[in-house]
Amino acid sequence: MVVPSLKLQDLIEEIRGAKTQAQEREVIQKECAHIRASFRDGDPLHRHRQLAKLLYVHMLGYPAHFGQMECLKLIASPRFTDKRVGYLGAMLLLDERQDAHLLITNSIKNDLSQGIQAVQGLALCTLSTMGSAEMCRDLATEVEKLLLQPSSYVRKKAVLTAVHMIRKVPELSNIFLPPCAQLLHERHHGILLGTITLITELCERSPAALKHFRKVVPQLVKILRTLVTTGYSTEHSISGVSDPFLQVRILHLLRILGRNHEESSETMNDLLAQVATNTDTSRNAGSAVLFETVLTIMDIRSAPGLRVLAINILGRFLLNNDKNIRYVALTSLLRMVQSDHSAVQRHRPTVVECLREPDASLSRRALELSLALVNSSNVRAMTQELQSFLESCPPDLRADCASGILLAAERFAPTKRWHIDTILRVLTTAGIYVQDDAVANLTQLIGGAQELHAYSVRRLYSALAEDISQQPLVQVAAWCIGEYGDLLLEGSCEETEPLQVEEEEVLALLEKVLQSHMSQPATRGYALTALMKLSTRLRGDSNRIRQVVSIYGSCLDVELQQRAVEYNTLFQKYDHMRAAILEKMPLVERGGSQVDGEAKESKEAQLSETALVSTEPQASKLLDLLDLLDGTSGDAQPPPPLDPSQGGALVHLLDLPGAPPPPPSIPNLRVFEREGLQLNLSFVRPSGTPALLLIMVTATNTSGADVTHFICQAAVPKSFQLQLQAPSGDTLPAQGGLPVTQLLRVLNPNKAPLRLKLRLTYNHFGQSVQEIFEVNNLPVETWQ
Amino acid sequence: MIKAILIFNNHGKPRLSKFYQPYSEDTQQQIIRETFHLVSKRDENVCNFLEGGLLIGGSDNKLIYRHYATLYFVFCVDSSESELGILDLIQVFVETLDKCFENVCELDLIFHVDKVHNILAEMVMGGMVLETNMNEIVTQIDAQNKLEKSEVRMESALGNEGRKHDHELCMMCSFHRLSFSITL
Repeated sequence: MVVPSLKLQDLIEEIRGAKTQAQEREVIQKECAHIRASFRDGDPLHRHRQLAKLLYVHMLGYPAHFGQMECLKLIASPRFTDKRVGYLGAMLLLDERQDAHLLITNSIKNDLSQGIQAVQGLALCTLSTMGSAEMCRDLATEVEKLLLQPSSYVRKKAVLTAVHMIRKVPELSNIFLPPCAQLLHERHHGILLGTITLITELCERSPAALKHFRKVVPQLVKILRTLVTTGYSTEHSISGVSDPFLQVRILHLLRILGRNHEESSETMNDLLAQVATNTDTSRNAGSAVLFETVLTIMDIRSAPGLRVLAINILGRFLLNNDKNIRYVALTSLLRMVQSDHSAVQRHRPTVVECLREPDASLSRRALELSLALVNSSNVRAMTQELQSFLESCPPDLRADCASGILLAAERFAPTKRWHIDTILRVLTTAGIYVQDDAVANLTQLIGGAQELHAYSVRRLYSALAEDISQQPLVQVAAWCIGEYGDLLLEGSCEETEPLQVEEEEVLALLEKVLQSHMSQPATRGYALTALMKLSTRLRGDSNRIRQVVSIYGSCLDVELQQRAVEYNTLFQKYDHMRAAILEKMPLVERGGSQVDGEAKESKEAQLSETALVSTEPQASKLLDLLDLLDGTSGDAQPPPPLDPSQGGALVHLLDLPGAPPPPPSIPNLRVFEREGLQLNLSFVRPSGTPALLLIMVTATNTSGADVTHFICQAAVPKSFQLQLQAPSGDTLPAQGGLPVTQLLRVLNPNKAPLRLKLRLTYNHFGQSVQEIFEVNNLPVETWQ
Repeated sequence: MIKAILIFNNHGKPRLSKFYQPYSEDTQQQIIRETFHLVSKRDENVCNFLEGGLLIGGSDNKLIYRHYATLYFVFCVDSSESELGILDLIQVFVETLDKCFENVCELDLIFHVDKVHNILAEMVMGGMVLETNMNEIVTQIDAQNKLEKSEVRMESALGNEGRKHDHELCMMCSFHRLSFSITL
């Protein structure tokens, strides 16, 4: 005996009766088993009921794929009841990713061509919802025929189906373009709505269609005018506005047609003015129409008076009490901030007001708009507002706000000090939300502002003393204290309050950062390096620092351990070089601060590897220069091992076949002159080795005082290899005494353009001089 | 274009879900859950617009919702739709439901979800607005319901002739025949 199947309502009752999720699952599984059995038995009478139940269960999230074939059977049935449920099932269960969906194409075709409009409507609806590209291609002609059907119900559905078809198969535009002109003459609003949508879709896809449809602008204007001027009509009006949906669609299409086209824009001007002034905005429908009008006015080539009117309308809306209106006003202003910047600027105060809204959607829009409105004249005020917003805004907006403020500060900072202050404030308020490069940017900025070193280090020290949890802030502060610790301790800075800082306090603070569980490994690295640097900056003894460093020599973190071990070695074996290695960093190129960190790493690596002493300081400082010259971050490779012995150079030269210089002789170059000290470069390209260039650096002294401790170092781009031979001496006696010479061997396998940077340090006239410069005017023969 | 239309109650139980773009079943359920999560957090007196969640794709999409008693009506749209227009559309939809069901309440939506689908299909088709005139829609729905009812009547009038039916259908047929003979 066949058990009578439940009606849909009964099933729903049962499901609602279930008290727990598990009970509900049980009920549904039992019912699904029944449904599956019924499908298997092929019961035609109750199939629709079974499918209806299955669709309900599907909505609740349970699997229903076994109903797909039943949809097909129901669609093929002659009964309207069956078709109704079948098509609904097809829309919910089938989509273009299942192979079964193609099977309903034939049924749809039959249903489209038979006369009952309800059935045709169902078929069109399903086609427009889940029709795949193949289905659309097959059924395009059928739908085209239906565009001319007498029934307006079918026609309006056919038009929208055509839109879907064009989206799936753009080539079908050719079929659906011709009927549009005629469809525009319809009086039925549903058909008009669909036709406008169709024309909009066609115009957005093809410039040729756009040109074609510019002809209908006058007609659109007429339709819209009729809508606007007819009195209250019960048929399509919503809150007193006749068919606002159609009005909005027409305005949208006019916007597309009038964009960048003088003639069309002119045709629309009067109408737009009329709509803008006559629409009643006390209810939502009127506001919707007015907004669309404003967007259209701003987008086409409208008269200037009209544009002013439009912006003023938006300004009024910004002050409206209704939050929805304010939201849409902010969105519209955001769209025009690029094209009409000055006009939008006038509403800046109101926009900033909206920042204080408790509504998250509104404040997000206001934030985007505010960031777009920052310019050089209002940057101070705006940053103030944005910073107070940053303190109170919801967490998901913090990252955007912080990066927005930093970006604006970078673009429009009036002074360096203000810039540093701003970044500092952002880091203190929302440190964890800033992006990674903020630390690098700030260190680079501080490094470059020499006059602000004292100021920066004091402010950072105070900030750090208060709070050591914000990692970016701690990193920058540690770096700064390390670099400029001496400025922190000595004297006072006029720009900040007098701050008396003891050495012990500074060391204690850095140790606290090192030990805190809140500090990330990178932060600890910064702190440790800072401590090391302080060992040379501080006047007191460095025992405390030595202790800390040696403790970390057995730290579990490999990075810290390596640093600590190397610093330890520096204390023990290379103490005489400590000052030179840890001296202040020169100004970094953009993006180079990472490189500095790595340059220091490889410096230390070099130290631990080689045992040679005399050329080491030169080699390590060389790395600094090497990376400076390239200015790109990347792995800083250690330089090729140096050949310290002079003898080697001589031997090499003697190896060359024949001592005379190669045929093309390269002119000498005077590269430096200061108070009687001159530096000349002479170049030799040995003929046997085309990639090799020998540079002889000659320093002469024509002044009245001796030049002592003369050291010359050189750097070349990474693709080159450089060897510095030991100089002939380091003293240049006065009055044209014996010159100091030094040989540089440059290997240039890639024949890249040669760049050379020289660094000189010496004592002259009782002063120590340091000069760094790049050699210009290198003759091309040196590298070609 | 309208990407999806969702109706769920204050506890997140779905009462209607219609997607106008292909999503897998799992994704659909996830979208419903995520949308409920976003919408239920909103205060009472904030605006009706939400930036779309991560699942339903992209910064282009917005959630426009209205809260009626125990139900949330959520339309997920892209930037080509007028936001205020969609608010009005939701209102028209609810008013149409009201007309079809006579003072509609949540129970009506629960027990007649297929009818709600049919009504919605007369308003929004393929993600685009089809018809906004309430009278037109109601007229169409009435015509279709009549068509259904007349079919049932016809079949029961044909009765036992050449149709395979089970016990229950016999009962149903006789009942209808009774009522028919009365009306005729």
